Amino acid sequence: MQLIYEKSVPGRRGVRLPASDVPAAAALPAGLLRSEPARLAEVSELDLVRHFTNLSRRNFSVDTNFYPLGSCTMKYNAKVLENAAVLFAPFHPMTALLPGGAEFCQGTLGMLHDLGGMLADLTGMDEVTTQPLAGAHGEMTGILLVAAYHAARGNKARKKYVVVPDSSHGTNPASASIAGYEIITVPTASYGDMDLELFKKAMTDEVAAVMMTCPNTLGLFNPHIKEISDIAHSHDALMYYDGANLNAIMGKVKPGDVGFDVIHVNLHKTFGTPHGGGGPGSGPVGVKQALIPFLPQPRIIKDSQGRFQLDAKRPTSIGRTANFFGNFGVMVKAYTYMIMLGREGLVRVSEQAVLNANYIKERLKPYYDLPYDMTCMHECVFSASRQLAHGVHAIDIAKFLIDRGYHPPTVYFPMIVKEAIMIEPTETESKATMDAFIEVMIEAAVAAETDPQALHDAPLTMPISRLDETKAAREQNVCCQW
Amino acid sequence: MNDSHYCPHTPEEIGEMLTAIGVASVEELFAPIPAALRAKALTIPSGISEFEALARMQEIAGANAQGMTHFIGGGMYDHIIPTVIDHLSGRAEFYTAYTPYQPECSQGTLQALFEYQTAICRLTGLDVSNASLYDGGTACAEAAMMALRVTGRNRIIVDGCVNPFSRQVLKTYLFNLDVEIVEIATLNGMLNRAGLANVLDDTVAAVLVQNPNFFGTVDDFSALAEQVHALGGLLIASVYPVSLGILKSPGEMGVDIAIGDGQSLGNPLSFGGPSFGFIAARKSFIRNMPGRIVGETVDRNGKRGYVLTLQAREQHIKRHKATSNICSNQGLCALRGLIFLSSVGRQGLADLAQFNCDKAEYAKARLTQIPGVTLLQPAPTFNEFTLCLPASAETVVSGMLKEGIAAGVPLGPYYEGSDNCLVVTVTEKRTKKEIDHFARLLEAALCN
Repeated sequence: MQLIYEKSVPGRRGVRLPASDVPAAAALPAGLLRSEPARLAEVSELDLVRHFTNLSRRNFSVDTNFYPLGSCTMKYNAKVLENAAVLFAPFHPMTALLPGGAEFCQGTLGMLHDLGGMLADLTGMDEVTTQPLAGAHGEMTGILLVAAYHAARGNKARKKYVVVPDSSHGTNPASASIAGYEIITVPTASYGDMDLELFKKAMTDEVAAVMMTCPNTLGLFNPHIKEISDIAHSHDALMYYDGANLNAIMGKVKPGDVGFDVIHVNLHKTFGTPHGGGGPGSGPVGVKQALIPFLPQPRIIKDSQGRFQLDAKRPTSIGRTANFFGNFGVMVKAYTYMIMLGREGLVRVSEQAVLNANYIKERLKPYYDLPYDMTCMHECVFSASRQLAHGVHAIDIAKFLIDRGYHPPTVYFPMIVKEAIMIEPTETESKATMDAFIEVMIEAAVAAETDPQALHDAPLTMPISRLDETKAAREQNVCCQW
Repeated sequence: MNDSHYCPHTPEEIGEMLTAIGVASVEELFAPIPAALRAKALTIPSGISEFEALARMQEIAGANAQGMTHFIGGGMYDHIIPTVIDHLSGRAEFYTAYTPYQPECSQGTLQALFEYQTAICRLTGLDVSNASLYDGGTACAEAAMMALRVTGRNRIIVDGCVNPFSRQVLKTYLFNLDVEIVEIATLNGMLNRAGLANVLDDTVAAVLVQNPNFFGTVDDFSALAEQVHALGGLLIASVYPVSLGILKSPGEMGVDIAIGDGQSLGNPLSFGGPSFGFIAARKSFIRNMPGRIVGETVDRNGKRGYVLTLQAREQHIKRHKATSNICSNQGLCALRGLIFLSSVGRQGLADLAQFNCDKAEYAKARLTQIPGVTLLQPAPTFNEFTLCLPASAETVVSGMLKEGIAAGVPLGPYYEGSDNCLVVTVTEKRTKKEIDHFARLLEAALCN
């Protein structure tokens, strides 16, 4: 398909601007002006509409395809959430920061405050900041809170390390590293979780925090979690909970109850807000009492009259992690989702997410290796090692699924599973959808033995076949040269 | 009957699935969670229908002041949004997709992001762009960290005229690292070049400036770029994308890394987000860029296509050695930015920028007719300028809020000794009538 720039015709316009009702100003000095207008596309509105409508048809999405992308929680995004978000489109965030401005923003400030309260209830935390703009941004914020905590206790120089299991999301070590820590990685034991003995050896008083996902990226709940957090606390290390997998445990276990001190929540996963093809996300961070003094500011507080105010004079705060109040529109959607589902609904979400994952796991077990064969939570991780014996890789199975109209599961993650295929159906998928997917997965397993070439050739039904990623990385052609 | 939101199973289906799994109940599946660790009940209220939920959200939105006339910016701006943007970015194939890990079934998102990167490169006059960052403030921090990687140095000089929120974000990002941040005190709303010269030496990783700056001043940093380059450092400029319709581009000034907030490009104010950050740089720095990058390539039949590229920089491959921790960015907001830029087009963006200038110049002339009201900066401005009032700007602003006018951003809370200074923003959406009304109210407020 042509690029929008290849459809561009000099002099064409997509939208007419409103007429100006003031006199033209004198031109700025020439030295401050660009030599020519930026070479943006020049297309009609219809050209524009056809272009982007046709581009959209080259995507798989939750609304068009089953999307069991492990660790990404691609559940259905309720349409009403979109209608709720647009109600807040005209509100300028700066209004709340003007003197006396909070009084004019009681709805938006109050909603953020209430959302924090509901998230605190779900996660067992004491307070929540909604500033972080994505999950990884929440991780970084959380680790900076840990750093501020240790610094306040005079331990900045001593606390050098963050411990992560080798099954962790890549963002965990990346976030801790960006926040100034060195990383200690603990291997996974045969029981599918961080090796407890190796963990004990890794723990010293120089460890600032332990970052965990629970259930972990194998979809398994760590039965030793309380013991791990007790050990961490005995070294004055804080426990960080990566909330990417919160969809598995709502109402079943609260991270704050099992020893976690700080947590981020991915609203775009658990709370049904759309992923937007890669964002916007939203990553509120919850903390226990000891970390409250360090939370980003301004904080939204409820005064004695029940009015919401901003507090930006907190001397121990780590400061701002974003310019305003976070991805507010995303939080409107998450809030709407939470009040709609309510406490019973949220618990049911986790129950059916876990039910669906276990159903797929049991049905596919005869056809694919399951390296950690036990009850899973919201996702299950197979290995294509059996298919590899026939020269078929996880990526080949993924591409075969595309031809059958399924977005592939996450492949090659977690890295500790060879040829990993990580399936997360979510609670919103019906049994019929999953049964049809299971049949296609079985078909792929059979084809791996009988006709591996068919898998290597896939996909054949898409606008393009497999792409040369090496060429892309070598040539680094990242913008249209024309 | 099944009235559970978006969980489709009937009790019969649940029974069939439990049988297939070989357990008696759903509860049995949670057996791996030790009983002692199980949650007590939630206090979140019981659920409601979508109709009731939407009514509740309307009530919440209604608790904010309605119809406020904005003469405020501070990094987010009240601009026109062509209607096509909502319709096209509202295509569910775009907004209910994930990060395009599987390129064959994600060419829509990938090609759009490639087109977005192209638009950002052309707007900034630089060679390469990524597929978006979170917002303007975090973009400052990412650009600074990129400069630390490129130069191997650990000192960042920041012009005090850079948005104070962005400067706070930068400090927060870097507080636990061995990095020195030096802030240059402002001079009448402009970069204090003499002050900068005093601290600029060959230990600097980067100098961070903003154009137009927080006071609204438009500057040319071409000479500064040469100065910084001669010392082996980089020049980072935070820019307001709408202004680039007419203002000299970062590329033309010799800037190495350009960043900014993309909200003004087709994204609603939405109480501060979601917006997007952008970053563009010279090609030689591409391996040090943060976040996702889309690249062009060919498929097995030689057909053109797009993929996420240079992924060896990223967290899901490199883990703690990645150039950033970014996973989700602000893809859909960047798509809106692309549609905005493609809708207004080449000449349209220039015209739009000029309209902003025209409106602001009208307001500037009108407001400075008020006795005692003067301009802070003896310098050109774009769509924001700083007034010196004969009274506390905070008092004036707080009073005018009650009249439905957000009159500007008082500088007192951000710059010592600036209690009477007010930054006024006038976008193309402000009518002559609104400006005149604002002027009358301001005059009345100052006479009292």
